Amino acid sequence: MSTPTTEPRQSWTFSKETNAEIRRAAATGIYDIRGGGAKRRVPHFDDLLFLGASISRYPLEGYREKCDTAVTLGTRFAKTPIELKIPITIAGMSFGSLSGPAKEALGRGATLAGTSTTTGDGGMTEEERGHSEKLVYQYLPSRYGMNPDDLRRADAIEVVVGQGAKPGGGGMLLGQKITERVAGMRDLPQGIDQRSACRHPDWTGPDDLEIKILELREITNWEKPIYVKIGGARPYYDTALAAKAGADVIVLDGMQGGTAATQDVFIEHVGQPTLACIRPAVQALQDLGLHREVQLIVSGGIRTGADVAKALALGADAVSIGTAALVALGDNDPKWEDEYRKLGTTAGSYDDWHEGRDPAGITTQDPELMARLDPEAAGRRLRNYLNVLTLECQTLARACGKSHVHNLEPEDLCALTMEAAAMAQVPLAGTNWWPGKPGF
Amino acid sequence: MPTLDMSRTELREVNATLQAAAKAQANEPFEITNPRGAHAVACGLDGALEVTVKGSTGYYCAGMNKDATIHVEGSAGPGVAENMMSGTVVIDGDASQYAGATGHGGLLVIKGNASSRCGISMKGIDIVVHGSIGHMSAFMAQKGNLVVLGDAGDALGDSLYEARLFVRGSVKSLGADCVEKEMRPEHLQILADLLAKAGADAKPEEFKRYGSARTLYNFNIDNADAY
Repeated sequence: MSTPTTEPRQSWTFSKETNAEIRRAAATGIYDIRGGGAKRRVPHFDDLLFLGASISRYPLEGYREKCDTAVTLGTRFAKTPIELKIPITIAGMSFGSLSGPAKEALGRGATLAGTSTTTGDGGMTEEERGHSEKLVYQYLPSRYGMNPDDLRRADAIEVVVGQGAKPGGGGMLLGQKITERVAGMRDLPQGIDQRSACRHPDWTGPDDLEIKILELREITNWEKPIYVKIGGARPYYDTALAAKAGADVIVLDGMQGGTAATQDVFIEHVGQPTLACIRPAVQALQDLGLHREVQLIVSGGIRTGADVAKALALGADAVSIGTAALVALGDNDPKWEDEYRKLGTTAGSYDDWHEGRDPAGITTQDPELMARLDPEAAGRRLRNYLNVLTLECQTLARACGKSHVHNLEPEDLCALTMEAAAMAQVPLAGTNWWPGKPGF
Repeated sequence: MPTLDMSRTELREVNATLQAAAKAQANEPFEITNPRGAHAVACGLDGALEVTVKGSTGYYCAGMNKDATIHVEGSAGPGVAENMMSGTVVIDGDASQYAGATGHGGLLVIKGNASSRCGISMKGIDIVVHGSIGHMSAFMAQKGNLVVLGDAGDALGDSLYEARLFVRGSVKSLGADCVEKEMRPEHLQILADLLAKAGADAKPEEFKRYGSARTLYNFNIDNADAY
C-alpha cells in the first residue's frame, strides 16, 4: 500500500496565467498589449434583477400594449437633435483599427435598426458616412483626419475626453496596420506606429472645454448635438464638469468598455466598473437639475437587452455597444477556430486586435482578411442583434408595467450581491437596504 | 467696408455673417471692431474672404479656417488658427499657447512671440513666428514647417514626426527624437519662400534646421528611457 501524497496545489496568487505572464515579460521585456476591455470579473448588470409587476404594480401585455423605445439626444442646445428609434447606439471605433468593410457593416446595421454609429480616431470614411443615416463624429486628442467639412456633415460631434478601457491613456496603432490609406488620412508616414495622445492639444480643464465646445458650435451653426465622452474615473465630478462645460449629451464608458490596443495592466487596473459609474453620474445631473435635459449614454459591457434595461432603469437615456457589435459582425466566431489556434489563442479569447491578423477580417487592414467580411451580411447580423436587444429590453419594461423604456427606474430593481447593491444603490434582494443607504 | 462691432453684435451673428460671406465668395473685405478678447472669432470660415480684427481676441480665433485671410491687429489667445486647413492668418501681436495646433494647411504668421506648444501636432500648416516660441513647441508635429526668427524654449520638437523646424536664434533644449539636421538647398528655398510670404526680414542662411531622428517611429523597448 503506497503512502498517501499531497495533491499538487497551484497557488491562487501565482496562478498558471500569472506565471505565464511573468515568463512572457521576462522573455520579452515589454508589457502585454491587447484589445478589448477588462476581462476580470467585476460587479455587473448580472448582479441585478428586475422585480417585475405584482399586486402593487400591473404589467403591460406583451406583443399588444405599446412600449416605446425612441430616444432623442441633444435637446439642450443643438438646433437639430438626433432622433433614434432605439436606445442603443454604436460606440466609436476607428477606421484603422477596424477595416473599411467593418465600418461599413456597422453603418448598415445601425441604420437598419434606426440608430447611430460613431467614427473613431483616424477620421471619417466614405464607407461609414455613406452607410450611416446618423453618424457621430468623434473629436479626439490626435485630431487625425479632423476637418471642418466632416464636422459639418456629421449628425453630432463627440468630444472624447476618455474611455473606460483606459481613463487617462492614449493609444497606439501599430505600424503593421498603417497602410497607405490609413497613413494618408492621418498625415503620417506609412508603416510607423501612430500614437494617439491622451490629452487634447489645445485645451485643458473644464473651463477650456467650455470654450472649445463654443467654437465647435460656432463652426457648425449650433446645429449639431455635442457629446462629451468620459471614462469611468470620477463619474460624479466628470459628469458635472462636462455638463457645466455645455455638453448636450454625456457618454460614460466603464472599465469593461473595449479599446483597439492598450496595455493589459491599464485595461485591468484603471477605472471603475460600469455598474459603479451610473448612479454617481445620474446624481450629478440631478443635482444640477439637468437629468434628462442632458442625456446620458452608458457603455462598457452591454451584451443583452437585460443590460440595456438595467442601465436605463438606473437613469441612463441610452446605451452604447462596441465589443458586442463586433461579435455580432463575426468577431471571435468559432468558425475560424483553426486560425485562432495558429495565432496561439482560441475563439472567444482573441484580443490581439492591434496586430492586424484578425481571422474574421474585422480588426485588420490586410486585404485578404478584410475580404472575408461581407458588409451587407454583417450589417444584417448587427441589425438582428440590435432588434433582439430592443425586444428583450421591451419585454422587461412591460413586465415592470412601463409604456416607455425610459420609465424604468431603480425601484424596479434589486441586487444579488452587497457590492452590486452598493454600486447600483438598489436593495439587496430580500431586504430594503443597501450599503450606504441614508438612514441606516 | 462692412463692419461688425462686437460691442453691439453677438458672436453668433458675427460668425454667421462672416461664414455666409465666405461661402458666397464675397469680394468685399470685412472689419471686426471691439473684439475685446472674445473667443472663437471668425472661426469656421470656408471661402476667400478678407477679415481684419481691430483688437485682441480670445481662444480659437480663426479656428479651422479654410481659404480666408484673417488679420488680427492685436494679440491672440490660445489656439489661434487651430486645425486650419488653408488660407492665411496674421497676428500683429503675440499669440498664446497652442498657436496653429493640429493645423493641416495654410499660413499662420505671428509678428510677436508665441507661447508654449506652438505648432503642437501640426499636420501640414506653415507657421512663421517673428519673435520667440515657448516650451514644448512642435510637440508630435507631423507635417508642415515651423519657422522661428527668435529663440525656442525647452523640448523643441519632442516626439516629432515629419514636420520641419527652422530656428534662427537659440534653442534651449531639444525634445525626444528631435535633432539638428543638414540644411540642404531645398530647405533654403522653402525657408526663403515662407519668409517672403510672412514679410520677415531674415536670411535663410541664418537658420538651423531641426527634424526627427526617427528612432521612436516604431516602439522599441530599448528606447524606453526616451519616454
